[in-house]
Amino acid sequence: MTKTVNQRAWLLVLPVFAVVAFSAVLPLMTVVNYSVQDTFGNNQFFWNGLGWFQELLDPSSQFGERFFDSLWRNLLFSAIILAIEVPLGIVVALSMPREGRSVAFCLVLMALPLLIPWNVVGTIWQVFARTDIGLLGAFLNRLGLDYNYAGNALAAWATIVVMDVWHWTSLVALLCYAGLKSIPDAYYQAARIDGATRWAVFRTIQLPKMRRVLLIAVLLRFMDSFMIYTEPFVLTGGGPGNATTFLSIDLVKLALGQFDLGRAAAMSLVYNLIILAVCWVFYTVMTNADAGARPSTAEGDPADHAASGSLPPATTIELDRRAA
Amino acid sequence: MRGRHVVMTLYLLFLMLPIYWLVNMSLKTNQEINTSMTLWPQAITFDNYIRIFTDPSWYGGYLNSLSYVAINTVLSIGLALPAAYAFSRYSFIGDKHLFFWLLSNRMAPPAVFALPFFNLYSAVGLFDTPWAVALAHCLFNVPLAVWILEGFMSGVPREIDETAAIDGYSFPRFFIRIFMPLIASGIGVAAFFCFMFSWVELLLARTLTSVDAKPIAATMTRTVSAAGMDWGLLAAAGVLTIVPGALVIWFVRNYIAKGFALGRV
Repeated sequence: MTKTVNQRAWLLVLPVFAVVAFSAVLPLMTVVNYSVQDTFGNNQFFWNGLGWFQELLDPSSQFGERFFDSLWRNLLFSAIILAIEVPLGIVVALSMPREGRSVAFCLVLMALPLLIPWNVVGTIWQVFARTDIGLLGAFLNRLGLDYNYAGNALAAWATIVVMDVWHWTSLVALLCYAGLKSIPDAYYQAARIDGATRWAVFRTIQLPKMRRVLLIAVLLRFMDSFMIYTEPFVLTGGGPGNATTFLSIDLVKLALGQFDLGRAAAMSLVYNLIILAVCWVFYTVMTNADAGARPSTAEGDPADHAASGSLPPATTIELDRRAA
Repeated sequence: MRGRHVVMTLYLLFLMLPIYWLVNMSLKTNQEINTSMTLWPQAITFDNYIRIFTDPSWYGGYLNSLSYVAINTVLSIGLALPAAYAFSRYSFIGDKHLFFWLLSNRMAPPAVFALPFFNLYSAVGLFDTPWAVALAHCLFNVPLAVWILEGFMSGVPREIDETAAIDGYSFPRFFIRIFMPLIASGIGVAAFFCFMFSWVELLLARTLTSVDAKPIAATMTRTVSAAGMDWGLLAAAGVLTIVPGALVIWFVRNYIAKGFALGRV
C-alpha cells in the first residue's frame, strides 16, 4: 500500500503532538535544567555544568557506584524475567484449549492479573508470602526452608521474580495466542499430510507466525521490567539492604526522598537515554521484520536505514496477509 | 492432549492461588488472621467491606480513581483517532520520527517524570485534581492508543475512503459515520488498554494528588497504623480494586486475544 504524501496530515496529528509535548517535553526540560545546576535550598541555583553526569558515570564515586549497582541489578532482573516469561508464555499459549466455552474462561482468568493495580499486586504477594500470615511463606517454612523475603536477599529476589512471572506471563501468553490464532488450518493439514512431528510443526509453522507478536512481547516486557517500581516497592521497599533497589526505586528515593535534584535529574536523563536507545533498536528490528523478505540495507547505518528504507508498521498487515 | 490440560490447569491454579488467599483474608477478622492459619474463613465476616462502603474516605478513593481513568480514556481515544488516521493513510514530513518519538514516550519510566510533573501541574494549578492524573497518564496512553488504532485502521482498505469522498461525504462526516463503525473493535481495544494502564498505575497518581483526588491505591496505605496492620481491611480494599478490571475483561472477553496483539497479527 502506498500512502499519499499530504502535509496537511500534520493538522490531524497536532493535538496529540501538543498533549504529549506538554506532558513529555516540558517536564524533560525541567529535568535538563536541574541536571546542570546545584542548589543549597531557598530556590537558589548555581551552575554545575556536567558535574553530576561525571559523578554519575564514574563507578569509583559513591553516587556512580550506587547507580551502576542498581543498573546491573535491573538488567539482571530483566534478563531473568525474559528468560522465564517468554518460554513459559509460549508453552501456555500452546496449551490453550482449541475451542468451546473453556477458551473464554481461560482468557478471562489469564487476563485478570494484568488489570490489578500494581500496588495491589505487591499487596497480594505480601499477604501471600509473609511467613506469619501468608500461605506460601508458612508452607515453605513448614517444609523446613528458611524463607523470609524481608530478611534474606535471595528470598526477596525469588519472591519478586515469581511475582512478576505471576503478573505478566499472561501478557506474553495472550500475545502468542493471538499469533497462533492467525494460522490457517490448511497449514496444519499440510503438515499432517507431510507427516511432520509436533516439534517440526512448532519450528516451521507456529514459531515463525509468532515472531511478530513475540517481538512486541519482548519489547513490552523488557521496558516494563526495566522501569519496575511499584510492586517491589510495596513488597520489599527495595530491601533487604539495597538488594532489590531497582533503577526506578533508586531514582524516586533520590528525587522525592532526599530531594537531591541535581543528581536525580542527571540520573533521569541517563536512564531515559538508555530506554530510548533500546527502544530504537527494537523499533528498527520490528520495522525491518515488517518489511519481511524485502532486500534489506541493514548493513548501512541504522539511522540512515530507518529514515530511508523501513516502512512504518502500517504496511505489515498487507505483507503478512500476502505471506499467508 | 492430556499434557495441554495439565499445563493450563497448573498455570491457572498458580494465577488464582494468591488471589484466593486475598479474598480469603478479606472475609476473616483480624483476630483470626493473626492467630491461626486457616485455609478458609472459620466465621465469615463482611465487616471489612461494610467499613469501606460506609466511609467516604474509602469509597471516595474508588470514585477518584475511576474519574481520572474515565477522563484519561476519553481524552486519549479522542486525540488518538485523527492522529492514527493520519499515520495510517498519509505520509508527511517527519512522520516516522514522530511515530517513534510517540512510542518512546510509552516506554519512558514514570519515575523520571514524577518530580517534574509535580512542579508542572502545581504551576498550572491542576495539582490534586483528577485532570492532573488524567493528563499525566496521557503520556503513555496516547501513544499506545495511536499505535493500536493505527494497526486497526491500516486493515481497512483505503478504497472505502475514496468511495465515500466520491459519494460526497465530507471528511468529518465520513470519519464519524462510516470509518469509526468499521474500526469499532479497535476503538474498544484501545479504550480497554487505556483503562488498564491508567487503572494500574500508582506512582504518578500518588505523586500528583494529596487529599481531594487521592486514588484508592494511595488510600490503601492508611491501613498501616500504630496498632499494626489492618490486614482484613487491606485485603478487602485489594479485592475491590480487582472488581472493575474483572468486569471490563468480562465485557471484552471475545476480543482479548486480538486486542492484546494490538490488532497486528
